[in-house]
Amino acid sequence: MTTPLHIGFIPLVDAAALIVAVDKGFAAAEGLDVTLVREVSWSNIRDKLNIGLFDAAHLLAPVAIASSLGLGHVKVPIVAPFNLGLNGNAITVSPELHAAIMSEREGDGLDPMTTARALARVVARRRRIGADPLTFGMTFPFSTHNYQLRFWMAAGGVDPDEDVRLVVLPPPYMVDSLANGHVDAFCVGAPWNSVAVDLGVGHILHFVSDILERAAEKVLAVRQNWSERNPDVLAALIRAASRAAEFIERQENRAEVARLLAQPERIGVEAEVIQRTLDGRLKVSPGGDRRESRRYLLIGREGAARPDPAQAAWLYAQMVRWGQTAMRPDALRTAMGVFQPNLYDAAMGLQGRTPDATDAIGAFAGPAFDPTDITSHLKAFKIGHWKS
Amino acid sequence: MNAESSPKIVIVDESPIRAAILQEGLREAGFTGVVHISEMQSLLARIYALDPDVILIDLENPSRDVLEQMFQVSRAVRRPIAMFVDQSDSASIQASVDAGVSAYIVDGLKKERIKPILDLCISRFNAFSKLQDELDRTKSALEERKVIDRAKGILMKVKGLTEDEAYVLMRSTAMREKKKIGEIAQSILTASELLK
Repeated sequence: MTTPLHIGFIPLVDAAALIVAVDKGFAAAEGLDVTLVREVSWSNIRDKLNIGLFDAAHLLAPVAIASSLGLGHVKVPIVAPFNLGLNGNAITVSPELHAAIMSEREGDGLDPMTTARALARVVARRRRIGADPLTFGMTFPFSTHNYQLRFWMAAGGVDPDEDVRLVVLPPPYMVDSLANGHVDAFCVGAPWNSVAVDLGVGHILHFVSDILERAAEKVLAVRQNWSERNPDVLAALIRAASRAAEFIERQENRAEVARLLAQPERIGVEAEVIQRTLDGRLKVSPGGDRRESRRYLLIGREGAARPDPAQAAWLYAQMVRWGQTAMRPDALRTAMGVFQPNLYDAAMGLQGRTPDATDAIGAFAGPAFDPTDITSHLKAFKIGHWKS
Repeated sequence: MNAESSPKIVIVDESPIRAAILQEGLREAGFTGVVHISEMQSLLARIYALDPDVILIDLENPSRDVLEQMFQVSRAVRRPIAMFVDQSDSASIQASVDAGVSAYIVDGLKKERIKPILDLCISRFNAFSKLQDELDRTKSALEERKVIDRAKGILMKVKGLTEDEAYVLMRSTAMREKKKIGEIAQSILTASELLK
């Protein structure tokens, strides 16, 4: 007997493990009859997951946490037993802002501290001449993109709430908004950075992996009560996604994966652009400069699929740092409980592993992240808007 | 009607017909301050300028995520805005998601004043999709008529039949094969295309 499941997704490359699980038959092999539903907004995904129209969803990791804490919306406990991707975002800037940052930089343009300090000088100069503040696009208030942009610029001395404007833009509108000057830069997932570069309207300034070595990006999210009622179905879904992730990470399968993802009812952009992202070989300037990083997007490699509660703690710490919520120990525990490595281990037949003692995040600035002492950790950063 | 009894409502919808249907319904129900935004560029700035009490947006609109930014503490916001559907009202959220519409209200507006707006919205959205379905059905019926007429013409020419005889032949074939007459007509067109 097969179990019918409805799973919502946003057309982004990091939905790959779900799409491949369905389109290559890994889900069917686990006895699951999955209908993937393409959605247009994270709000829709969140609401349809919350009210049970979706059994599971491709979800921004911070939305899973915000939903479990009741931040910004209805409180619905969510669990994330599988990481669909680590990293995968990039910061793209307009040719004008790129030139301004490069002319102000003192050091290596690939070093995020160098570019962040250069950005601070650009911001200061614009203020002196009375120019409008720079505008940065990101995808959602509770998004990795929001926190990654903020982390980066604040390290260089730019206050994201005082010195620039941060605005939410749906990913498909990012490129147009950069081209017509409504934003000067954005942080978004694949394929939109590459699309901007190909159209000659943007330069990829940083891969997010320059800023954070490991950043939980999208999760496979289910309602907590659903996970308790359907443990076997969930385990089957985790295994299907895991097989798909392994398949995607094998180099010889990349062309086929890119073709599957490129289908109009899936992501609907050219296979070649998608493959660049999967391979981490990106064209970063309209002139054709290329950059390669194995860390650009991790789907299953280096234990990427196993949820790490320290990642959830880091995301919660960003919510606190930027005033989206106040620091509360019980809320931190709830946030960490969203990421469920035990469900992953059980589904995969693994023994529980003790977490690595090393810094799970690997941020380019500030002290190593300590999930057990967020308050002291945040105090190490000069810029922040935390509420007491 | 004074401002107290008629909250200012903004409809964010790229479909002008649906927005008009909704707007008309709200006006009939006595909600006079209704504004339609169809242009998604600088959406938040437009909304802030209008300063509405209620915002209605269709679920097919990617700009829903833009509205979520209103919940964030920001200097630009006059007062915090919260989504209408609260913890206790999952029936309303279900009904509105099914209908394809979402509502946001300014914090502080009483729930009983919002309920009739949302109910009206849901029924108008449902009416609109029914209308859309009917339109689609009419369109495909018209298409089918065209296909049948062309197939009839082919049969008349190839088999030397009258128009009535050609139609009767297609209908009896359809009945025998338990298919729709449109499908039989389509196969005739396909076959004649192949045999050209």
